[in-house]
Amino acid sequence: MGKFILRRLLLQFPILLLGVSILLFAIFQMAPGDPMAQFISQPGMTVEQVERMAEARGLDRGPIQQYFDWLTSLLQGDLGMSFELRIPVADAISYRLFPTFLLAFSSLILSLVVAIPAGIVSATKQYSKIDYTLTSFAFFGISIPNFFFGLIMMFLIALKLGWLPISGMTTAGVDYTPFWQAIDILRHLILPMIVLGLSSTATFMRYTRSSMLEVIRQDYIRTARAKGLKERVVIYKHALRNAMIPIITLMGFQLPILFSGAVITEQVFGWPGMGTLMLDAVYARDYPLLMGINMFLAFLVILGNLLADLAYAFVDPRIRYD
Amino acid sequence: MANLNDEQQKHQADDTAVSEEIVTPTKIAWRRLKKNKLAILGIIILILLAFGAVFAPYLTPYEWNETNVLNTNAEPDSEHILGTDSMGRDTLTRVLYGGRVSLTVGLVATGMIILIGTLAGGVAGYYGGTIDNIIMRIADVFISMPFLPLAITMVAIFGASIYNIMLVIGILGWPSLARLVRGEILSLKEQEFMEAARALGIKDRNQIFRHLLPNTMAPIIVNGTLAIASAILLEAMLSFLGMGVNPPTPTWGNMLNAAQSMYVLQHRWWLWVPPGIAIFVAVMSLNLVGDALRDALDPRLKE
Repeated sequence: MGKFILRRLLLQFPILLLGVSILLFAIFQMAPGDPMAQFISQPGMTVEQVERMAEARGLDRGPIQQYFDWLTSLLQGDLGMSFELRIPVADAISYRLFPTFLLAFSSLILSLVVAIPAGIVSATKQYSKIDYTLTSFAFFGISIPNFFFGLIMMFLIALKLGWLPISGMTTAGVDYTPFWQAIDILRHLILPMIVLGLSSTATFMRYTRSSMLEVIRQDYIRTARAKGLKERVVIYKHALRNAMIPIITLMGFQLPILFSGAVITEQVFGWPGMGTLMLDAVYARDYPLLMGINMFLAFLVILGNLLADLAYAFVDPRIRYD
Repeated sequence: MANLNDEQQKHQADDTAVSEEIVTPTKIAWRRLKKNKLAILGIIILILLAFGAVFAPYLTPYEWNETNVLNTNAEPDSEHILGTDSMGRDTLTRVLYGGRVSLTVGLVATGMIILIGTLAGGVAGYYGGTIDNIIMRIADVFISMPFLPLAITMVAIFGASIYNIMLVIGILGWPSLARLVRGEILSLKEQEFMEAARALGIKDRNQIFRHLLPNTMAPIIVNGTLAIASAILLEAMLSFLGMGVNPPTPTWGNMLNAAQSMYVLQHRWWLWVPPGIAIFVAVMSLNLVGDALRDALDPRLKE
């Protein structure tokens, strides 16, 4: 077990990060255009000055040398400067971290809170009306494009009914006390949270249902029933614990999907997170920022998968790693 | 010798008399699929969408780029069943033509995924060792990147066009299929028929392509169907963000782009609801068929 964790931490984790950094660097090497073009076009710049600036940035060196330069500064926490914002990429990301985390994790929690009980009910009452309703809902959630669902929700709830704010994270121009400010953010959070959480909810629901169905057919559940335990105890104590094991792995897999979905959900709802930052970087062709965001997201995903793997090893004693 | 031949013929005649019909695995799968009403519904919807896309010129009196300055932003009426947009173009016409791009992207990108994924997974599973290690570590790297941000980045760098979108989806989508094919090959490799193939000295290439890969068809078909759905979804997302197929070519995604304007969203539902429903219906049908195929092609489930 200790060996497994050590191998994961010391070998697989850095190798994946290294692979991701090579892949990203290679993709960005293919970007058309000269990174110094913006300086060349500036009035009063001589060719020598531009060349000296390129040299200072290491652009006169070969791609492999450039990669190692970039990697060295990356390891020191330096992601470079944003072309457009003229601040360090790391700072630009850190300003947008909180909104994205707030959105992604509240969506994750919402989907777990809804999906697990719904999946249990679906499985214990298999082929009943409620099971059909819930599985249809899950199917709907998997199939609807989240930006289209977002537009519908915005149209119905925010525009037609006016129950919730349309977009953004805070109401502009209003000075609230901290308490009311939190309420204000929560009111802005509800719609994007539901929209981003829908497909995860559907996925978790389907997995919980099938995992539960598999577990309640096992012998130890029959034993639990045979010794006269209450049905509630059988389901929630004996069955659920075992049925949740695959859900932990699924959480690791849902992480990249949540961050992917956050990009488009943030754009629809004007949520000031990393997704909107990323799209701004795309529209402005701000490559250092774009690269920094990709690297950071990949880091989060690899870390999330690692944690899911470790959690899996802890909860499932049947699994041996050697 | 003649006697033996006679006897064989007699045997064969007996056999055909007993089993009137030869039930191939494909027939079994098709029979199971036919019983699934939702899957049939999905197939019918997909046929209708494809029909609408292919025969669009004959189904509508308008051209996809036919503007009409005298009739802009018209509400749905008898002349324009789904209204017109800000340039007077007919929405229904654009939804029909938009299906061409969306369905093509879905099919071509999935073709690429299957090609790369099967090849990579097949080679990794068959040869094992270092080759396997290298291919699967590359796959791991691709899988540990959030899909949409990377796709957006790649399209931003390579340029937004229908070809680049298909390419990007193909390049990013193969690893999960490769993992699946590799797993299948690993378990097939240990079976007796492969031992026989090896004992007969069949070439590697033939072992892979004629013996191993045909046996992995079922999971590839199921995942291919679901991959078409995700490719359509991804094209729609990219086009919605303005990173996809460029206007004026209509796609379901870039038609929805109009709804980024609050005014259109609130007052001109006919511009964004129809393409959204088209994406939803296409993706849902593919998911229905994919799920049904999974059950139909599962040899462990007996009728």
